[in-house]
Parts: sequence; C-alpha cells; structure tokens
Amino acid sequence: MRGAGRGHGTITIPLWIWVFAAAGGFFILLPLAAMVTRVNWPQFVPLVTSVPSLTALGLSLRTSAVSTVLCLVLGVPLAMVLARGQFPGQRLLRSLVLLPLVLPPVVGGIALLYTFGRRGLLGSSLSVLGIQITFSTTAVVLAQTFVALPFLVLSLEGSLRSAGTRYEAAAATLGAGPGTVLRRVTLPLVLPGLASGAVLAFARSLGEFGATLTFAGSLEGVTRTLPLEIYLQRETDPDTAVALSLVLVLIAVVIVGLTFRRTTSGLLKSGRTRDA
Amino acid sequence: MTTGPAVFSIDAAVADRGISVSLELADAETVAVLGPNGAGKSTLLGVIAGLLRPSSGHAELDGRVLFDAGTRWVPPHQRKIALLAQEPLLFPHLTVLDNVAFGPRSAGASRADARRAARHWLGEVEALEFAQRRPGQLSGGQAQRIAIARALAAEPDLLLLDEPMAALDVTVAPMLRKLLKRVLAGRRALIVTHDVVDALVLADRLVVLDAGRIVEEGPTRLVLERPQSAFAAGLAGLNQITGTVTEQGLVSADGMSISGVLDDAAVPGEPGVAVFRPAAVSVFPEPVHGSPRNVFAATITDLEPHGDQLRIRAGALAADVTLSAAADLDPAHGAVVYFVIKAAAVVVYPAKTGEAL
Repeated sequence: MRGAGRGHGTITIPLWIWVFAAAGGFFILLPLAAMVTRVNWPQFVPLVTSVPSLTALGLSLRTSAVSTVLCLVLGVPLAMVLARGQFPGQRLLRSLVLLPLVLPPVVGGIALLYTFGRRGLLGSSLSVLGIQITFSTTAVVLAQTFVALPFLVLSLEGSLRSAGTRYEAAAATLGAGPGTVLRRVTLPLVLPGLASGAVLAFARSLGEFGATLTFAGSLEGVTRTLPLEIYLQRETDPDTAVALSLVLVLIAVVIVGLTFRRTTSGLLKSGRTRDA
Repeated sequence: MTTGPAVFSIDAAVADRGISVSLELADAETVAVLGPNGAGKSTLLGVIAGLLRPSSGHAELDGRVLFDAGTRWVPPHQRKIALLAQEPLLFPHLTVLDNVAFGPRSAGASRADARRAARHWLGEVEALEFAQRRPGQLSGGQAQRIAIARALAAEPDLLLLDEPMAALDVTVAPMLRKLLKRVLAGRRALIVTHDVVDALVLADRLVVLDAGRIVEEGPTRLVLERPQSAFAAGLAGLNQITGTVTEQGLVSADGMSISGVLDDAAVPGEPGVAVFRPAAVSVFPEPVHGSPRNVFAATITDLEPHGDQLRIRAGALAADVTLSAAADLDPAHGAVVYFVIKAAAVVVYPAKTGEAL
C-alpha cells in the first residue's frame, strides 16, 4: 500500500494548471522578494536592535505566548465539546467560534471594546473592582486570543474527528475513566494537531494588528506590538519598518517550517500503524 | 428471571436498529454468536460493553446491574467488560508493554505493578519479546496477540470478541485461534464470528442471530447437527427443508414430501425439519425409482467447485457429485435434473418454535 499512496505522480496534470500554479507561487514570493531588496543591510542589525524595536519584539513574543496558552486553555475544551459532544446548538456554536476567522480584526477590536471597555458589558463591573483592561497589555492578549482561538479549535477539532473514537472506546472497555482516556489516549493521539494548532495560534497572535490597535491602542512598551511598531515606523523610518518586517517574515517561515514538519511526521507515525 | 451471582444476563432492545435479544452466560462459559451480515451482532456487543445505549431492557453481570433502561446506566469503564475488536487498536503512542499495562494502570495499579502484570500476560500470549516495540512495528497477527493480552490484563468479568480473526491473514488465523482456545478456557466470553470453525473450537454454545433476533441457540455440535434455521443449516453445510412431520418423513409448506428417518422426538403433525448432506444426493438426468428413495426434479441455478467435487445448486438445495459423474451428467444452468436421496440419509426432527428458545 505504501507504493499506492505515492502513486498519484503518474496522473498527468494539464499544462495550464502548472502555469496558474506558478503564477500563484510568484504572487506570494514576489512581494517578499521585493521587500528583501529594500532592506538596508548595513544598518539591519542596529535597526532591529534599537530600543523601540526590541521593546516591541519582546512585547509581541510575550503576549503571543500568553495568548497561545489562553487559546490552549479555552480551545482544547471547545474543540473536545465540538468534536465529541452531542448537544443542541452544536452547529451554531461551531459557526460562532469560527466567526473571528472571517471577521475583520478591527470589528473584533470594537466588539472587545464594548465588552471589556470602561462602559462595556463586563468592563463597567470590572472598573468597579478597579480592573482596567482597555489600553493595557491584558487587552493585547485578549485581542490576540480572540483572533487566534479559531485556528487552534479548527486544527484540533479536525484531528479529533480524524482520530475517531475507536481508541477511546477501547480504552474505556479496558477500565479507563473519561479523565484517563483524555490524558492517556485522546490528547497523545491528537498531539500533532494540537501542536500545529498551537503554533498557528501563536503565529496569528504575533501578526495581530487591527483588533489590538482598536482595543489596546499603541502605547510603547505596553500595547505597541511589532506589527504596530512596523506600521508606525513606515511613515517616518521606512528602513526600520522593512527590517522589522523581515524579522516577522523570518519568524513566520520558522513557524510554518515547524508546523509542516510536525504534521507530516505525525501523519507518518499514525500511518505506520495502518500498515501493520 | 433467575440471576444467580455468577451469571451474565441481558434482555435488551435497540429500537432504531431493530434488535431485541435475551441472553445468559454462565460463569466460565464461552458463547459464539453467528449470523448474517447486518444481523446486529456488533450492536449486541456494543450494548453489552456500554458503548451503545439500548432503548429498553436490563443487564446484570455477577449480580451487578449494568443497565436498567431509564433508571440505571453503568459507563463502560466501570463494567469490567473488555471488548476485543476486529482491529487490534493498540494505542500507537505507547509501547507494547504499556499498552498491555493500560488496563491495570487504569484500575489504579502502580506503574511497576501494572508492568509486572503486563509482562505476565505478554508471556501468556507468547509475545514477551515485543514488549519494547511500538505497535507500528508489529505484524497484524502479532498486534492482535498483544490486543488479546491487553484485554486479559484488564481482568474483565466478561470478555467480548468481535470477529477477532476477520482482519487477519488466513495463515495467521489458525495460530491465533489456538491461542484463544487456550486463554478462553475457563473464562466467560462472548465471541462474534462468521466462521463456524471458531464456534466449534472456541465455544461451548452457539447463538444464531438473524435480523436482530436470536433464531437459534444450543450446544455448538447439536446446533450444527440439528440446525433449526436456514442460516445454521448453511453453516453446517446441510440441505434443510422445514415443514410438518409425517409418518414417513416430512411434508414441506409447498407440498413437497420427503421420506426420512424420524428422530425419537419427532411427532407426526408437528412442525419439523429435515436435513441431509449434499454428498448424500445423487444427480440423474432422468427420474429413477427403486428402494425407499426421494426424487425431486430440480432446475440447476449454480455450479461451483467444492473440494474435489462439483456442487450443483438448485435453489436452496445442493448436491455434491464427483467430477467424473459430473462429466457424464454434463450439467448446465437452467437444466432440469433429478436429485435422488436415500430415505436413510434424511434425518427428520422437531422444529423448535420461537417461544421455546
């Protein structure tokens, strides 16, 4: 069967498909290349290691890490419930969870503002308690979590569905309670999906701009993440903007590389059991 | 209903699958469930294991209630019923040893104790040398052996086996069957199979399930010698005609009468079953007469090789003739021939009515 799986190379793809595919590839690579040509290489290191740059980069990495953890805490149960549960309104919940994926981030930011803002739905109660979320680093994390959560839920729910429930059923008949099944069977089985979901959520958090700007503002060291810094510098100091953009591109490339490697090796691992 | 302490009993229905089954298993009894595809065999196992909810009914295992429709429901992990499926379903991320240790671990044993138990059961299935392997590095037969060890290590009060050899190579199945015979001895188990050999080798008792109902049950040999259902007759490789017992034999519902040897229990006028082996049927191109014989005109519907003989099918009846006899006969589809069976080769016995089961 191993040969059959790779046998699709024998199918001839029409020539025009190759032409359009090449155009698609160029469409993605060309702007990146164009940007690279504008990098001020002699000044590159000083530009990306200036205090505002490092502050923004540090803030971005920290908030994205926290957002990813938050996505895991909220997203794993959500994906479990969506993939394994049976309850009324399940389809509706799935559509709603995916909403931030298609929503313009700025709209998400406004929605968050009316939730956690000073006069927002929860914000007014929170401000009574002396908690101020808007225009704080917490707001950055919330904005990033809001937009990144669907990535994790989607990825994990897909893994859970393709893993099926047969291993879980086997574990249950061997005497494992629901908690043990989750910990020792379900999560290890979907680990590749979970990892790629977490990496995607981290990447989406890192790139978040619209919701952050709307909901958290742009205070240096507090809410000005790397994308915000790049946007700000674009007017006054294009060299810094381009240099920092390249940093984000590199991080993105590393992330995509990691995800891709993990998912493929994960597939190979589970694929081998089918051969047995 | 008498449910002693060491009995498994189920009386349950799954309405949307049209299944309604009542079954009891004594302590240390192995029962084989056979039946056509879609008869509800796997559904039955699912209900017993707790993976499917019955629409009504009741089940008990050694005095513990498993479910009592509407009021009680014990989840699968608290039933002490292990299910061995067609596929081994070994957890791919655990070593063979940890797979087998999974049951004891889940029951609360320490890691060391669980692994000790796992080694013991791996030894029982002669697979100790695979302990440190990953399931991906095993062949299908090896993996199923490990799966048996894993199920046994959970020390279930009832072991369910759902066609455990169906996914295996034919060359591997006999070895696994031998292993199962050894480990199932003295153990309470319910084995779903499509292979009558499994029933003969592994089971004390045979249950035939058809369209969600138990149509026949009894000691394996008796069911195969005196099949009540057409399915069981097919399993035993016997021709079967049902009808009413007469002084000479049996008359079928459509008026065909057949002479045979009456079983002691057969009472003329009562419903009965007549069986005879395909090899006992001679086939002639012309009707023949003579000593107590049955002669039926038969239209050939199928011809197939059967060992070193040719099996001639005519509707529900089959005849096995030697190849040289077949050459003389030159049978063809749609041709009319005469099936001749000596009365002495036909056994007539009472049909059990559904309620008597």
